[in-house]
Parts: sequence; structure tokens; C-alpha cells
Amino acid sequence: MKVILDSGQIEQVLNELRDRILSETPVEQDIAVIGIRSRGEVLAQRLSGQLSQKLGKDVPCGTLDITLYRDDLNSPHVTTQPLVRTTEIGFDVDDKIIILVDDVLYTGRSARAAMDALIDLGRPKAIRLAVLVERAGREFPIQADYAGYKADTSPGTLVQVNLVESDGKDEVVIE
Amino acid sequence: MALKRKSKEIKWHRKHLLGLRELSAEEITYILDTAEGFEQISTRAVKKAPPLRGKVVVNLFFEDSTRTRNSFSLAANRLSADIIEFTKKTSSVSKGESLLDTARNLEALGIDIVVVRHNAGGAPKFLSRNINACVVNAGDGFCEHPTQGLLDTYTIRKIKGTLEGLKIAIVGDIAHSRVARSDMWAMTKLGAEIIFVGPPTLMPPQVRQLPVKVSYSLDEVIEKVDVINMLRIQFERLGGNPFPSIREYSHYFGLTVERMKRAKPDILVMHPGPINRGLEIESEVADGRNSVILEQVTNGLAVRMAVLFLVNQAAAQQK
Repeated sequence: MKVILDSGQIEQVLNELRDRILSETPVEQDIAVIGIRSRGEVLAQRLSGQLSQKLGKDVPCGTLDITLYRDDLNSPHVTTQPLVRTTEIGFDVDDKIIILVDDVLYTGRSARAAMDALIDLGRPKAIRLAVLVERAGREFPIQADYAGYKADTSPGTLVQVNLVESDGKDEVVIE
Repeated sequence: MALKRKSKEIKWHRKHLLGLRELSAEEITYILDTAEGFEQISTRAVKKAPPLRGKVVVNLFFEDSTRTRNSFSLAANRLSADIIEFTKKTSSVSKGESLLDTARNLEALGIDIVVVRHNAGGAPKFLSRNINACVVNAGDGFCEHPTQGLLDTYTIRKIKGTLEGLKIAIVGDIAHSRVARSDMWAMTKLGAEIIFVGPPTLMPPQVRQLPVKVSYSLDEVIEKVDVINMLRIQFERLGGNPFPSIREYSHYFGLTVERMKRAKPDILVMHPGPINRGLEIESEVADGRNSVILEQVTNGLAVRMAVLFLVNQAAAQQK
């Protein structure tokens, strides 16, 4: 097990993501942050708090559960039992720029599922993908708009993001 | 927060839902937690999600039903399954085809889930042993109506937060009620105390062996309970003369405005439908502020989506 980001570095990466989002989003445009359960949810809450502070207006935050949109639901090879949780998005996604947040971008399958789930909620102006860690191994033609740390990993290794709110401490480790 | 599901991370492995008696408290909680995730599908722009895409669900109903059958149909539709509606009256059953032959023929069409209602207790279990598809019990004889038990439990948990320590009265024709039985199994497993209330003639013969209290007087229990579930008097099932007259039944066991004055102010009034207004429940109570009768119907949809989803998942993983 190797720590690739400690808590200070995670904070720094999130600050960079925030600043890039701010610089590329027109101020008059409505934006909202939506995190993919479950680590993306925590990151989305932090990002929306920071964006709200910088913009001086409320940037709404929601949580998306993508289980029903997974592409391996009917596969006998699914490794973990799909666990349906709630989607909690208390605002209209229509015509907003949605910053979709996840912890790690790897195969791109979660991002695909999340986009399909989002489109069933309405018609956003745009969906932009922001991730804390990006690693090689894409299986779908999907890239992050805002990629934080680029992890150099070989296939088969596990990149685990731990966060204070869900795991008691902030760190990203490779196992 | 991220980890707010109430259930432990158990493994769901049942490809049939035959009854609640055989489920553990953890499994029941697991279904209820899963149902929470399905509620929002019915409130958003596109009221459909893809998890049963390409699957075929058959509603195999040998008894009349509006609520349950429509609820299962809509649940299957919202999960993107295809659905075949089968009713006894318009089918070859009227030509004498047996349950098993009917099911096997439907299976030959390539169905994945059978939702079955039958007047013979045990029919769903029999089917589950003889066909490969998933079987969901939508009511069998006087035995069980598991999805009704789950949606009742879900409705109570959603409003009261927990079943633990609640006193729940189930009132009326207990003897002929599969709802009473499924409610009893689910709610007692989750820590509630159940009181069956009704005239002795409408109590099942072995009632003392069930994990419930029994009362023959609604007036004795009305002040004590947190939830009251009024069962429909099922005229189509009643033989003999279980009570002298409808008026007398109403007088002793009807939920009236007068009786409600003595109930706890936050009592939940439930009814599985269809209501005999003015018989087991007065209209003003059925439509009153304590009534959650229509919430039950709405929640039933989420619960049935969760059940269809879970049995299909279990089947996928057993391939």
C-alpha cells in the first residue's frame, strides 16, 4: 500500500479543480455540482461549498446513485452486489452546467452510467466531468474536463480514495 | 451521508419472493432500503430506468385485482421490462388448462419473472419448484401477500422512523386475510407488537400460536396503538354468518370519527384497499389527516420495483 496523496495534497488538488472550473464557467451561467455515490458525493459537497464561497452565490449540490444504470447488472461476473441507494437532487437540472464529480476516473463506465442517469432527470446545458484522480485504462471514449491528480498505475491495482466524511481520514492510496 | 442505509451489507440471494415468514429481519430491511432508491423514479422527468431492459415479466393473476396488478405492471414498466398481462377470464384456464401447464407455456415464450396471484395457498411455491423463472407472490389463498406486507411496513417506517416498539392493530377479517399474515411477519420481525382485533368468528383457528396479541374489542385497543390497519370485509370469501349484520359489525369494529377521538393524535390509519366506505371505516376517517391510505399505494410502486429488481439480480448471479 502506497499513499499517493495526503490530506494537504487532496486539498490542493480540489482547490486547483475549483479554480479551473471558475475560470472556464461564465459567471452569468447557473452551475450545480452532482457527485456520484459514494466518494463523489463527499467531494461534490466540498467543491460546491468552495464554489459557493468564491462566487458569492449558492451553488446547489446533489447526489446521484448510478446503480440502476450500470452495464453489468445482468452479468453473472459482477463482482460486487449492486446496492441501490437514493438519488438526492433537490433542484432542476434543466439548463444548468452540471459539474459531475467522481473520485477516480478509470474505465469510464461509471461516467457513462452517470450521464444516462442525469439525462433522465432533465436536460442540462452541459455536463462537465471533474475527478480527483485520473488513471489509465479507459474502456469508453470518455475523458475528464477537470482531472486532478494523474496516477501512474498498472492494471489490476486498486486506487482507494478515503475521505474524512466517509472514512475518517483524507488520503489516496494504491493497493 | 454516504453510508446511511439501515441494513447491514448482506448478500441478497433469493430469486423468488414467496412470503415474508421465511425472510430474516435483515432481508426485510434490505428490501425496504432498496425501495428508497426507487421512489424518485416516479417523480422525475423520465419516469423510467433501465435495469430490467430486455426482461419479460408476466402478471399471472387467477384472482381479480386492480391495485396489485396495476402496481406490478407499472413497476415493471418503469424498470424497462416487457410485460404480459394474464387474467383467468380471458385465458385458456377457462378451458381447463392447469396452473403448471399455463406457466410452462408462458415460460416457453421466454419469460424471466412470474408475478402470481392464486386462490390456492402455496401456489407460488409450487411454481417456483417447477419453472426456471423468478416467482413473486402477489397473494396466495389466506397465506401471504408479501409485497403488501412490505409496502405497509415501508409506509410505517417512512413516517415513524422505525417499527421498533410500535403497537399496531390489524382489525377485521383476520381469518381470510393474507395481508394480516404478511404484515404480522414483517412487522414483528422488525420489533413491532401486533394486535389482531375482530370478532372471534373472524379469527383464524390457530391464532394463539401466532406471535400476536388478540383482542375482541376495538374500544379496548384504540387508545393504545400507534398504527391501525383496517382490513376490508371480504364478502366474496365469507361463508356462513360470521356476524349478525353489517350494521352490528360497523358498530363494534368500524373505525368511526367517534372512535378516532380517543386515538393517539399521531396514529396512522391504513387500509389495503379497496375500501368499503361506511363499513369498516367511515369516509371522514379514510380521507382524514391521519390516513396514509394513498401513500400506501404510492409506496407500493417503489417496493414492487425493488422486489422485481432484487429477484432479477439474484437470478443473474446464479447463472
